[in-house]
Amino acid sequence: MTDVILAGVGGQGAVLSAQVLAETALSLGFDVKTSEVHGMAQRGGSVISMVRWSEKVHSPLIPRGKADFLLAFELLEGLRNLEYLSLEGTAIVNDYSMDPLTVLRGDVVYPVSALEDIRSNAARVVDIDARGLASEAGNPRAAGSCLLGALSSFLEFPVDGWEESIRRFVPSKAREVNLRAFALGRKACSGYEA
Amino acid sequence: MKRRLLSGNEAVAQAAFHAGVRVATAYPGTPSTEILEEISIHPELYCEWSPNEKVALEVAIGAALGGARALTAMKHVGLNVAADPWMTLPYIGINAGLLVVVADDPGMHSSQNEQDSRYYARMAKVPLLEPADSQQAYDMVDWAFELSERHDTPVLLRLETRISHSRTVVEYREERRETDLAYEKDSVKRVMIPGHARMRHPVVVDRLEELEREAESCPFNHEEMRSSRVGIVTSGVCYQYTREAFPEASILKLGFIYPIPEKIIREFASHFHRLYVIEELEPYLEEGLKAMGIDVLGKTRIPRVGELNPSIVGEKLGELIEMDSGVKGGGWSRPAERPDLPDVAALPNRPPVMCPGCPHRGLFYALGKCGAVVAGDIGCYTLSVLPPLEGIDCQVCMGASVGMALGLERAFSTGNANAESAGKVVGILGDSTFIHSGIPGLIDMVYNRTMATIVVLDNRTTAMTGFQDHPGTGITIVGEESLGLDLEELCKAVGVDSVRVIDPWELEESERVIKEEIGSDHTSVIISHRPCVMLKGGGRSVFYRVDEEKCTSCGHCLKLGCPAVVMRGEKVIIEEDLCVGCSMCAQVCRPGALVEVREDD
Repeated sequence: MTDVILAGVGGQGAVLSAQVLAETALSLGFDVKTSEVHGMAQRGGSVISMVRWSEKVHSPLIPRGKADFLLAFELLEGLRNLEYLSLEGTAIVNDYSMDPLTVLRGDVVYPVSALEDIRSNAARVVDIDARGLASEAGNPRAAGSCLLGALSSFLEFPVDGWEESIRRFVPSKAREVNLRAFALGRKACSGYEA
Repeated sequence: MKRRLLSGNEAVAQAAFHAGVRVATAYPGTPSTEILEEISIHPELYCEWSPNEKVALEVAIGAALGGARALTAMKHVGLNVAADPWMTLPYIGINAGLLVVVADDPGMHSSQNEQDSRYYARMAKVPLLEPADSQQAYDMVDWAFELSERHDTPVLLRLETRISHSRTVVEYREERRETDLAYEKDSVKRVMIPGHARMRHPVVVDRLEELEREAESCPFNHEEMRSSRVGIVTSGVCYQYTREAFPEASILKLGFIYPIPEKIIREFASHFHRLYVIEELEPYLEEGLKAMGIDVLGKTRIPRVGELNPSIVGEKLGELIEMDSGVKGGGWSRPAERPDLPDVAALPNRPPVMCPGCPHRGLFYALGKCGAVVAGDIGCYTLSVLPPLEGIDCQVCMGASVGMALGLERAFSTGNANAESAGKVVGILGDSTFIHSGIPGLIDMVYNRTMATIVVLDNRTTAMTGFQDHPGTGITIVGEESLGLDLEELCKAVGVDSVRVIDPWELEESERVIKEEIGSDHTSVIISHRPCVMLKGGGRSVFYRVDEEKCTSCGHCLKLGCPAVVMRGEKVIIEEDLCVGCSMCAQVCRPGALVEVREDD
């Protein structure tokens, strides 16, 4: 079983990235399940999507402490969902923070050591400037595809499978930007051992 | 056969299309919304966004009587709205098959309560099916229409968030059945005057016996025998959690759960010295088993509140099952202790917020200056309850703000304790919510003469559920232009004394009009008109920037609670890629430090 949890802020595109990942796994013949939230939670709140694949998957929800990968679209959201990551798991982190309204109002302080906290709790942490790379690709909103590109370097999925899923599921006007963002994210992780 | 990854909602839509459904209706509601969106892509069907779930069900009833297979979909609280036709429908029966799909939301991801709709099946004596994944949802829909027509009854298909919004692999055929039954008048059966209804109620009760026989032989109720020492009864998505947590356990997986299949359950129970029931929310199955005299362990361990998952199921029952039977959890093990993990409860919360430029923000900012007592409603604007706007006092269900405003005003004006608030009562609701169930309340306000004020947040869409059209937009679910309901004319027609239209981006003007109408002694409606910024053309092609020389860091602009206006250290900055140019921050900036910049500059 391979378990991936995608954590971010509503509107960042975690749902779409989860779909691209899940469809890629499906195209390789795996049983796949995903879980996501819609509605009120999507309005700038914390969101998580889960993707699981194996020969046979039962629960669409990943048990705590079992995820192989955490894709953090935002640092605080990565921190919030660390408990899902297994002791051997890899956190792929967009080095980007978005202050929630509770912080903007000054009620609470954004955890400045978020990235360090993630580092000290994951077997392996890959931090990339996904937003910066996505901007380089043409649009900062394609950061999710950068994170998928980074994830792809740890999975044995053929690149054309990923690209095919991006072509099929990303709206046409954003397709090329997301393909470029995927390639940049993958390249940024080429030095890591899968 | 096709093999695709489908959400439960997509699977239901696809299956209903293949089952030959000709009429499909709904009012949007998370987590059920996508069912109608997905089925409406097929031009072979008539699909509609109905003004509310009661009408949606009534249209489906008419269609079924008229010989067309029909489907209506709603969220759990929508079934409360539709409960009136729902309870008598089993008496009159159907003609062509009728499937009601209800999606519960355990954990309240996007809902105001976590009611367990399974009891609605028992209350109305309607057969109830519950799928455990998208494939089963797909398979059940076709079977449900056959069942419906075999027994002249509607069928309830109950989904939950983790079925509706989980994608799982579905294999499906690609041909569509043709259905078209003859209509014949039968008023004794279909007109429920008391004399007829007295004849029909026994039919409904007798039908239950036939339905129980169906449940006993139904392909969706079956035993999975593994360990002879652990037996678990479960249904729906909880089956998946159970399989993951206890792969060695024997499971009675139930998919047809009203009427409860007694023989199957007794047969399964006879193999085990102790039986467990794993189900979300209420002890529905547990009560059924206990009523049969079978001792089970369920809600004494499994939480009745919130959503389950494999970890909860494992933690609550794992050690007990192991001790009781010697069967190891297998799939479940307590996660290793990780003392360095940050305390999640201590991290800053990130509640959902209204978008930058949201017109609701302007209205609530202006309303906040008026000292009103505010009855709120269901929609994005409910988020105004959070700081800094803290704009609503109470809220209960769709359309309730109108009646509640009248009631608040009567309580204040007929007593002494809150007499000074009597002239300051406001009910506030969105355009779609107003059409859903606010209009009768407004008629009550006019009829019974109140000085309360209603604000209709007219953003030209049903935003929270994903921007669906509604009668006020004049666009149908398939994008065709229709007649748009004119809210202003409607309010005048029911007799509202004063109907005002404001642009909530204009803060001073909005405040002035609100104060005038709250202060008046007649019934008023203020239509706060500004399209949702998420709609095409919703924003302006300008943004705002802080002139650092002029900014005194007074923080006044932060009182709007706009996600694009943020404090970085001692300085306010505007996130330019979030800003949609609504100008509200600039309007409240006393030193005039927020300046408009054109996007091409």
